[in-house]
Amino acid sequence: MTAAGSIPQAVIAPELAWVGLAILLPLLSAILCALCAALRVKSKLPALITTVALAGSCFVIVKAYFAYSGPVEVPIFQWITFEWGDGKFQSFTADCALYIDSLTLYWMLFVTGLGTLITIYASEYMEEDCGKGYSRFFFGMSIFLFSMGALVMGDNLVMLYLGWEGVGLASYLLVGYYYERPSAVEAAKKAFIMNRIGDLGLALGIFMLWCNYGTLQYGELFAAMKDGGQTSVDWDLSVIPFLLMIGAFGKSAQIPLFTWLPDAMEGPTPVSALIHAATMVTAGVFLIARMYPFFELHPQALATVAWVGGSTALVAATIGMAQYDFKRVFAYSTISQLGYMFLGLGVGTTFGACYHTLTHAFFKALLFLTAGAIMHGFAGQLDLRKLSGLRQMPGWRIVSWTMLVGCLWLSAFPYTAAFFSKDAILFKALTSERGDFRFLGWVGLATAGLTAYYTFRVWFRICAGPVHYEAGPESHDQSHDQSHDQSHDKGKPDPTPEGESHGAFHPHAPRWAINGVLVILAIGAVVVGFPAYGHVFAHKENWVQAMMASSSAYQGACLESDHGTGAAVHTQTVLGLDPHTGLTIVGSTASIGGILIAWYFHLYSRKSADQLRAALLRRWWIRWVPICMENRWYVDEIYLACFRLPMWIGAQILNFGDRHFLDGVLVDGLAKFPIAVGKVFRPLYSGALQSYAITMTGGVALVLAWVTWIWLRGFN
Amino acid sequence: MSGELASGFTIVAGSQISLALAISALLFVIGLVGFLCRRNMIIMFLCTELMFQGAALAMIAFARMRMDVSGQVFVIFILTVAAAEAALALGLVVLLYRRRETLSSDAWSELGES
Repeated sequence: MTAAGSIPQAVIAPELAWVGLAILLPLLSAILCALCAALRVKSKLPALITTVALAGSCFVIVKAYFAYSGPVEVPIFQWITFEWGDGKFQSFTADCALYIDSLTLYWMLFVTGLGTLITIYASEYMEEDCGKGYSRFFFGMSIFLFSMGALVMGDNLVMLYLGWEGVGLASYLLVGYYYERPSAVEAAKKAFIMNRIGDLGLALGIFMLWCNYGTLQYGELFAAMKDGGQTSVDWDLSVIPFLLMIGAFGKSAQIPLFTWLPDAMEGPTPVSALIHAATMVTAGVFLIARMYPFFELHPQALATVAWVGGSTALVAATIGMAQYDFKRVFAYSTISQLGYMFLGLGVGTTFGACYHTLTHAFFKALLFLTAGAIMHGFAGQLDLRKLSGLRQMPGWRIVSWTMLVGCLWLSAFPYTAAFFSKDAILFKALTSERGDFRFLGWVGLATAGLTAYYTFRVWFRICAGPVHYEAGPESHDQSHDQSHDQSHDKGKPDPTPEGESHGAFHPHAPRWAINGVLVILAIGAVVVGFPAYGHVFAHKENWVQAMMASSSAYQGACLESDHGTGAAVHTQTVLGLDPHTGLTIVGSTASIGGILIAWYFHLYSRKSADQLRAALLRRWWIRWVPICMENRWYVDEIYLACFRLPMWIGAQILNFGDRHFLDGVLVDGLAKFPIAVGKVFRPLYSGALQSYAITMTGGVALVLAWVTWIWLRGFN
Repeated sequence: MSGELASGFTIVAGSQISLALAISALLFVIGLVGFLCRRNMIIMFLCTELMFQGAALAMIAFARMRMDVSGQVFVIFILTVAAAEAALALGLVVLLYRRRETLSSDAWSELGES
């Protein structure tokens, strides 16, 4: 294997310890937010603290990017050290240290940047909770950014695992933020437990790595791979990528562990945008990119990743087509896009996967934040059939147009950033020498069409068409109405009388914090296309590709670098054309075709969508398709029947045994003995004073009689 | 002289002792029966005093028989303690009466199964 050989050896650079501030600042902010919660701060102070800390963290990363010259290891302090001998496998060390290479910086740039922006957005979005859960919310955000920093920047897999569990905890805390709602608590538990299943795989993978290499430190691991010359693939080594993969599937919501992500939308929308769309769910992609040399150990490992990614992309897209809750549509689109990233990793283009991660982070965060703004303004309305024509409503123009940007990017409209990142993945798949990868490439192309359809289904329904809206379920909530009125009364007196404002619903448009962040994200979504534009139009090296190639995500066995220099000899063709041209044509067709179909069914004649659905349902041979899609392919139900129900039955049996045997026979049975003895003597203690006196007198009389009898007998 | 005196006393005391013991037993039994049969707490308390005095009388009688004053000393102590105890007990009875508005001992039976 030559893969590890191309990873530059990291230099130890203690003077770069200031980069650790990128992790330390969110941790400080978490501590301060916890203090705010303890002191019952009623102002927006926690939001300010978190924003400043995250902006500082972002600044540190940008500074580190400009100071970067090659992979470095930055020791900070000794964390865990065990030694039980002098041999290779007789010590265990996990230092608190940073491993900074281009992959780390790449990931941290968008994590901290988006974290800062979304925190600003959240400061307005969460203002109704000021004094209640406000500090708790920002504590969760800070602890998330801290954990994500440890995950990405950690020098060894123990720190990665710490961060991995930390982001899981933050996700649990923030999904269950509205803990009074049973559905939110349920969703939080589901997210946490399904992640635990994946984490088991990750933990076992880390154990196996230590057992094989005796170290968990990236630099040493990559060096050991290079020295070891892993020519013989034995079972121990080949199982490592599969175990790590399970962890990645859990965190990144891939088949079979994807059902938690749609439910995680119970959390506040900024959380969905940051954690469940832009950053945390990409941790799986990061893990595979970071450990890429180990995935090349086994020929089937990357193929498995590709197949799982491709099928997840398709299945999630079909579910997304049939949901009416637009936040869920975006959640399924996240799963689908993550599927693309795994497909990219699997077919051997870490560049495509990581570039798609970046573009996706921007446009999906943007889409979620617009969804949040709409939901916020219409009292929790999430049904895309009950909102229409937002584009023409005053105060909603920025939301509508930025949402259009997000939708165009998500549907990979030609010459948007996502078009190029998706193109990179599909190109690699379609030009692969493996037939199954080419098949997955076509699946990905079909999914791109579906994606364009369901994305614009949302936009045409909500933002275009005649103005029409219904209030969501929170409109009768007293506290919401009060704060809503207050927020408007600040500027100008509300002309509507108090009595009417509760009867008629007034959507309240977002203010500067939300609108500003939406515009910045829309600009960001355009900007992340520049590396691709530079490559396509000016034939410069793609920045993302350069970043990937100099990190552990560099793949040795593939022709990625040839693609960059344009010297590739493509043996495959797409529809008989040159792969580049062919893919541009086919990809554009899929995207624009999907948008046109969505335009016809959801803007031009909205009735025909219902007619089509009814027509499909009338035909027995096709009716299962819409039914399965609307019911999310019954995956939750299958899990219920296969795992939850047997476990529930087992629990009931154990519960019965515990109650009736352990508790009933053994514990209660033994306790019955003293009770029975007590029952015999209890009548003696009647509580009546005289009965005691009689008993006592009788007793004394009996003793006297006995003594007398003995005395008399002694006399004779 | 002392022997005569002693024997004379013995003879005289012999008939008197049995009389004293009989009275003491009578006092005790009256007290006991009264205690067992009556429900009024003051009467029951008086009955306990009767039993006390029965026992004290027996003690005096035996002390007289043995020509030993310690028994009589005991009785004086008993009387003193009984006086104090009577004051306490009557105070208790008054308190109990205030609680239940009755003097019947049946009103106080929490210890048993209700």
